[in-house]
Amino acid sequence: MMITRRRAILGAALSITLLAAGCSSSSDDTGEETAAATTVSDADVQAALEAGGNITVWAWEPTLTQVVADFQKKYPKVKVNLQNTGTGNDAYTALQNAIQAGSGVPDVAQIEFYALPQFSLSKAVADLNAFGAKSLDGTFTPGTWGAVHSGEAIYGLPMDSGPMALFYNAEVFEKHQLGVPATWEEYAAAAEKLHKADPKAYITSDSGDAGFTTSLIWQAGGKPYTVDGTNVGVNFTDPGTQKFTTQWQKLIDGKLLNPVPGWSDGWYQGLADGTIASLVIGAWMPANLESGVKAGNGKWKVAPMPQWESGGKATAENGGSSIAIPEKATNKTLAYAFLKYATVDEGAQSRVDNGAFPATTKQLNAPEFLNKEFPYFGGQKVNEVLAASAGQVVPGWSYLPFQVYANNVFNDTVGKAYLGQGTLQDGLKSWQDASVKYGQEQGFTVK
Amino acid sequence: MALAPPTLRPRVRKASDLAVKKPNPKSKTLTLLMCVALIYSLLPLIWLAISATKSQQGLFDSFGLWFAGDFSLFDNVAATFAYQDGVFGRWLLNTFFYVVLGAGGATLLAALAGYGLAKFDFAGRKVVFALVLGGVAVPPTALAVPTFLLFAKLGLTDTPWAVIIPTLVSPFGLYLMWTYSRDSVPDEILESARVDGAGEFKSFFSLALPLLAPGIVTVLLFNTVMTWNNFFLPLIMLKDADLYPLTVGLYSWSEQATTAGGDVVFNLVITGSLLTIVPLIVAFLLLQRYWQSGLAAGSVKQ
Repeated sequence: MMITRRRAILGAALSITLLAAGCSSSSDDTGEETAAATTVSDADVQAALEAGGNITVWAWEPTLTQVVADFQKKYPKVKVNLQNTGTGNDAYTALQNAIQAGSGVPDVAQIEFYALPQFSLSKAVADLNAFGAKSLDGTFTPGTWGAVHSGEAIYGLPMDSGPMALFYNAEVFEKHQLGVPATWEEYAAAAEKLHKADPKAYITSDSGDAGFTTSLIWQAGGKPYTVDGTNVGVNFTDPGTQKFTTQWQKLIDGKLLNPVPGWSDGWYQGLADGTIASLVIGAWMPANLESGVKAGNGKWKVAPMPQWESGGKATAENGGSSIAIPEKATNKTLAYAFLKYATVDEGAQSRVDNGAFPATTKQLNAPEFLNKEFPYFGGQKVNEVLAASAGQVVPGWSYLPFQVYANNVFNDTVGKAYLGQGTLQDGLKSWQDASVKYGQEQGFTVK
Repeated sequence: MALAPPTLRPRVRKASDLAVKKPNPKSKTLTLLMCVALIYSLLPLIWLAISATKSQQGLFDSFGLWFAGDFSLFDNVAATFAYQDGVFGRWLLNTFFYVVLGAGGATLLAALAGYGLAKFDFAGRKVVFALVLGGVAVPPTALAVPTFLLFAKLGLTDTPWAVIIPTLVSPFGLYLMWTYSRDSVPDEILESARVDGAGEFKSFFSLALPLLAPGIVTVLLFNTVMTWNNFFLPLIMLKDADLYPLTVGLYSWSEQATTAGGDVVFNLVITGSLLTIVPLIVAFLLLQRYWQSGLAAGSVKQ
């Protein structure tokens, strides 16, 4: 996940408005949502493109710059104003503020899968069934397509995905004669061996990251969150969660995790100098390694995600985002035309060519995608591993309709376990309590 | 009319008077304390200057307070101005624009209002003054979100006005101008001007303004620094990167490192930060004597 502590602090400064707007119109709690009727046909969308107009897009995804340029070239009467309003939390705060103020609302907004329920449940984003989005069934990978659904309603189109894999520094692994771990058991053993041989080196960095933790629980088969309309369950005592806590507690107790916060300069430094020897992270990581860790050129490799059971083939998503249309957008028809262009039509290929990891089955299964050799990874066909992971994501996971808030308080609760104050399981319990309390305050029925 | 115009450096004069009375104020403890404070304040600057000479790779594999093998300051500066179609230059001009209109306007308003409060007796003056003092106590950051909602209603967010208009309000500047006007513009001058038939605006601009110059420069410097470093307000007001001031622009570059697929440009963030503080340092060196005398205003009885 891309939420750092620094940003969490900034987010907290604005959270008053965020809370106020969090979930204001959740009156319709009949459970399963039904699809909106199609009111805008493909012909209407085409006509809007010919007629032209202006749309504003809020997104931080760098590959969209090229997509916008191509889109404007193809439809010269359309002007797209692409604005980067910050990554993750910053962007959601800006969006909530604009929606609450009722002015300056963008026509299109990038929203990560984990945050989408927060916007869809308060009907802050439009149900795309009105534009016939149902016809896109089968275009996207099942995991990402499920992530933008709430019942029958479709609240965004998947833009990228982050099936997880093991990225490791092969030079460090060879130097210390570590095999590539296939299970978490082996991963922990490698962590111990490496740290013993070189006290400065760690198998990975983790100072407590909500996205990473939930992804690992997801892979282990845990389903801590159950969501049915406004009936929400939070339970971190299921067997899947315990698999994770048992294994990860060992790494924390043995001080085998580099405590440097993810995405900080120190983190990039650790990845560059080999003191962080591996990362289990989403499929979008290659681009970050190539630009941020130039010293790792030729040293890094990708392997399947370590498994909870030997011989298993289960993975989880880490990150990944959609683009959605706010309900208060001024030019929704044109916005939908852009959504489709960027995620399904020409934009999907252009974004893959520029290093994004696709959410569309067509791009994911294309031979030129799978066979692409990455010089940074010593010529390895990285996408083969990553695409295989995309097909093995454990189904049935859901996030809370107030996951943005929950992730914000992760460090105050579970984060303590990383500092040796209590166990992971205790931390998760207090995270659960904080989430339940907040959900009830927001008018959810939380168990 | 017997009063001489106030000198520009009353504080310095006072200090030397004191030195004569107390022949040996030197204290080793104080000197040591000053040195610690000096190192503490200079260390981040030195780090910044040294780091700006390193390439991205050099930042990672060299000691923070000494140079790396490669000296790439000039490459970094060139790259900073060239990155993303030269948007850094645009941010620099934006910042100048916000400072000239925002800080300049705030200073003018503070001078007018401070003078008015000090020299005119009108009903409700005490209430106005209490409100201003209250305003000094409220940090601008706390007002940012309400201001945002207000400006959104007016349809002014994501325009330069969203940064300039809130900057125009400077309670602290007003307070400073009030004390300065009270002490340095003698009522006798104004009375004689009125007797000679000068209008109130003419007395202000021709007579009071030159006397207020040191105070105005102080307030101008205060407001310039505040506007130059303003981060939170433009962060929430502006979405269009072409309108960013330097602070928000550099933040957006820094945040690229935390974005999936983002371009990591730590070396440009550091070099950009160094370039950002250069104009402020220049302004300080040129105007510091006014700054000192202005700060002491009100503490010296004439």
